[in-house]
Amino acid sequence: MIIDGSEKSLRKFLSELSPVDQVGAEARAAMLATRSIKTSSKAWAIDMAISMVDLTTLEGADTPGKIKTLCAKAVRPDPTDSTVPSVGAICVYNDMVRIARSELDSIGGNSVPVAAVATAFPSGRASLAVKKIDTQDALNAGASEIDMVIDRGAFLSGRLMEVFEEIRTIKELCGNKAHLKVILETGELVTYDNVRKASYLAMLAGADFIKTSTGKVAPAATAPVVLVMLEAVRDYFALTGTKIGVKPAGGIRTTKDAIKQLVLVKETAGDQWLTPDLFRIGASALLNDLLMQRMKLRSGHYASANYVTVD
Amino acid sequence: MSRIDVNKTYKLFIGGAFPRSESGRVYEIKGADKKFIANPALASRKDLRDAVVAAKTAQPGWANATAFNRGQILYRMAEMLEGKSEQFINEIISLEGVTKKAAQLQVSQAIDCLVWYSGWCDKLASISGSQNQVSGPFYNFTTPESLGVVAVFAEAKPSLLATVRALAPVLAGGNSAILIASENFPLPAISLGEVIATSDLPGGVVNILTGKASELIPWVGSHMEIDGIDLTGVSKKQEEELRLAGVDNLKRIFRFSNTDHPERILSFMEQKTIWHPIGI
Repeated sequence: MIIDGSEKSLRKFLSELSPVDQVGAEARAAMLATRSIKTSSKAWAIDMAISMVDLTTLEGADTPGKIKTLCAKAVRPDPTDSTVPSVGAICVYNDMVRIARSELDSIGGNSVPVAAVATAFPSGRASLAVKKIDTQDALNAGASEIDMVIDRGAFLSGRLMEVFEEIRTIKELCGNKAHLKVILETGELVTYDNVRKASYLAMLAGADFIKTSTGKVAPAATAPVVLVMLEAVRDYFALTGTKIGVKPAGGIRTTKDAIKQLVLVKETAGDQWLTPDLFRIGASALLNDLLMQRMKLRSGHYASANYVTVD
Repeated sequence: MSRIDVNKTYKLFIGGAFPRSESGRVYEIKGADKKFIANPALASRKDLRDAVVAAKTAQPGWANATAFNRGQILYRMAEMLEGKSEQFINEIISLEGVTKKAAQLQVSQAIDCLVWYSGWCDKLASISGSQNQVSGPFYNFTTPESLGVVAVFAEAKPSLLATVRALAPVLAGGNSAILIASENFPLPAISLGEVIATSDLPGGVVNILTGKASELIPWVGSHMEIDGIDLTGVSKKQEEELRLAGVDNLKRIFRFSNTDHPERILSFMEQKTIWHPIGI
């Protein structure tokens, strides 16, 4: 163990992390974004990106009908083409988990997991007791992935142990039943140093995935932030031998954006992370653009939005 | 000391902005006197793709504007063209080699054409729509609605008038347009972008590409997001290519004579019929 669980050792470890070179990180992310991915590489990247999408709907206006539609799309993103892979997961609010699970099971999507946002998503402003109930509720309903938010207020005011304990408690609840994704909400963390610090904090506390954003705050998954997080999981793997996943979410709307993310993954964490087990993209509109680009590659002519589903 | 010339860079017009071609390419335009005039952008298929994205995004807003408002904006285009007429007259003279009088006439005809189509915007539904008799207690109305994104190949000459004559009816019907300017006479079409940019027309409703039509035609024809084509300006051979490429996606493809007619607006509109119970 690199820390012994005490506040002192946690603070010592986090304070000894090297600061992020802001200009360097932004330049590196911008440089990687210029890479041109074409033809067979592009086809591979599109299919990989589709299998990494956490197809998400987190609206107050979500209805069971909408969830069921989304499930159908998750299993068979393009009804006219069975070679399109299923998406990585469905991501919904707590109360929709049961509906999503049973719908997926009934349409042959047993292998598509349901992720639930928990712990007073998106603000995280609730007591630990409530957050525990929230999480347990999602687990009981059949969620196999939990997307929890950290208490940014506590993190920013330096109560790191509180954040640590909260993640640990939720992880204990998840046990072996569910993967834990920890949402850092990087748009509220202000600096890259904080992103790096929060990434390590979450990994040390037992996160299986670290996720950029709730999608409710802008900026969300910017390229430099994802770069910093990918560096964190890479270094954490070197340090401990444990692979932690990364999930950018929010603001990734086009195939180009998604491919840029894959380039970041390959060049930062390495090929091993190019799998839905270790990299996911939280998105909703992205999937349609991926499908349209896929049609373009296959047919040779530009596709129309009239040929993909309206979400 | 003589002043150094300040020449205009003729660029594309996409989504309300004036970018250079994504490809970085340009080509040379010579005047009627065989002297160099300008290096307009040589648009690539990716410029076309960007233009279609801009047009598709802008189209619902334009179609949902009231017909009266669309008419006002077309009229404003006429006003702006009037104010810039000197510039267009000069471009026409140097490109086409016509007399000043002929160029002046062409510009005023183009302005009148815009005014004429602006008037049609809010009258079209009354002329072409109908209230249909049905065997039940229903009102049954048919009204024209916009088609979507229309690609426009205007005739090369008269350069400004042909361009306006092709563009105005597409806009009057609430469509957005991708105007592919004539290869050898593109300057008035490009400058028209400056008129459009100052006419309250939402960015992206008109997009102007310059370059080789032959290079863009296969992509225009096969693009699933383009709903209609005015191919008045293309050759018979290119027409065949366009029609073949457009078979799969059910495009509306038309060639028009060089006259103004409300039928030109209706060609790029669809008739929608709605039923409504009487008494509610």
